[in-house]
Amino acid sequence: MLILLVPLANVGLALVNTGLGRARSAAHSMLAALCVTAVAALAYVIVGFAWQGVAGHPDHALVLAGKAWGWIALQPFFLRGLRLDLSPTALVILLQTFSVGLAGLIPLSSGADRWRLGAICASTAVMAGFTYPLFAHWVWGGGWLEQLGASYGLGRGFVDGGGSSTIQVVGGFTALSITWILGPRRGKFSAEGTPAALPGHNAVLALLGCMLAWMGWIALNSAGAMLFAAAEPGRVALVAVNTTLSAAASALTAAVVTLVRFGRPDTSLSANGWIAGLVASSASAAFLKPAAAIIVGGVAGILVVTAADFVEFQLAVDDPAGAVSVHAISGLWGVLAVALLADAGPHAQWLAQLVGIATLLGFVLPLTYTLNWLLDRIYRQRVDREGELQGMDLFDLGAGAYPEFDIRGDEFLQR
Amino acid sequence: MKIAGFLLLIAGWGIVVAAVALLPSPGVRLAFVLAGLAVEIFGLVLAVRAHLVLPAEGE
Repeated sequence: MLILLVPLANVGLALVNTGLGRARSAAHSMLAALCVTAVAALAYVIVGFAWQGVAGHPDHALVLAGKAWGWIALQPFFLRGLRLDLSPTALVILLQTFSVGLAGLIPLSSGADRWRLGAICASTAVMAGFTYPLFAHWVWGGGWLEQLGASYGLGRGFVDGGGSSTIQVVGGFTALSITWILGPRRGKFSAEGTPAALPGHNAVLALLGCMLAWMGWIALNSAGAMLFAAAEPGRVALVAVNTTLSAAASALTAAVVTLVRFGRPDTSLSANGWIAGLVASSASAAFLKPAAAIIVGGVAGILVVTAADFVEFQLAVDDPAGAVSVHAISGLWGVLAVALLADAGPHAQWLAQLVGIATLLGFVLPLTYTLNWLLDRIYRQRVDREGELQGMDLFDLGAGAYPEFDIRGDEFLQR
Repeated sequence: MKIAGFLLLIAGWGIVVAAVALLPSPGVRLAFVLAGLAVEIFGLVLAVRAHLVLPAEGE
């Protein structure tokens, strides 16, 4: 029952988000993580699984040029009539209840210090109840992306064992949408547009989160490979080794790159590197040779450092914990790596992966942005100026995470 | 520019889907999938530029 270890990935990510955020919003960050996990699970069980479904079961399909394109499942709401035993359907429900929470945690860090708790819950409900299950049906529930191989001879269809696309890129694109809608934190960008450093408040939390996420990710990748990529149980050892190698290579690459650039390894970018390696490994861990897993991780490490710089300095996106770089960009790399490096089938596989990437960019990103933009029209997502100055802990919760310490104004001293 | 960017993202995806569904020849299908991706990337660039924070507008 590897699936029962998957929540460790959620715990780890919550700690990373909180550690890389500011002290004045630390309690809010952890409570938001709890609320996201709760709301995501409820929304998924009530509505989400009905639309995601399981491969091999009936779904709604559009007929295009004589071929059926399954676009949404036909399962019952509230899991009515479904037996929660050790059947594949029940295991999918269990894994996805945890996975959708993980996807919901990703945008949290991008909205740090300015995203209201109620808005976080509303956005999570929308993602867990609609966006995530819709795309997951296409990839894992017998939908059209999964059927690209059978219908059009594109390799084995779109392949993603552990959720680089369904969990990580969906979460990463939601994070990008949230940063665009909320705007940057006050004081993040100067009048000339130069970003100011607003460092995380607790590197220990962030790094502990990396270690816990590692254990959860091994379970996530293994369970996903068996349930969604037809990997036999004996592949668990390979998946675990590849996941570890990818994270290790990514973290060390990020550390070396920052060492060369700044004269010292950067803690937060190294932590992001570790997570990026886990993210990139998800799609292909069951199919890679160990040496290829090292390459996947190494590239992820370079990507995350480069992308974090680019996103902040060139795109002027305030993304405190690098959710866009770590999850969206590394996730896209992980999807592409299936075709480039993995033994996942015929050479047409890479075209199937490109179609999946095109779907993420051209459908998921506009969808998640539009839904959150509409949400913002109904229920304002960003805290007001006074709240941001006080910090989300005091403004939204009425109490700080560290009541015995004065954490405003002098929490970061230039030396 | 923001709306144009998102519409181009969707249009690019439509080109990719149409290429997969309608074109039997692998070479032509590949070309149109890549063209669709190029349209999406152009749309993404427009969407990103529309969201660039102007310093005076950031406060």
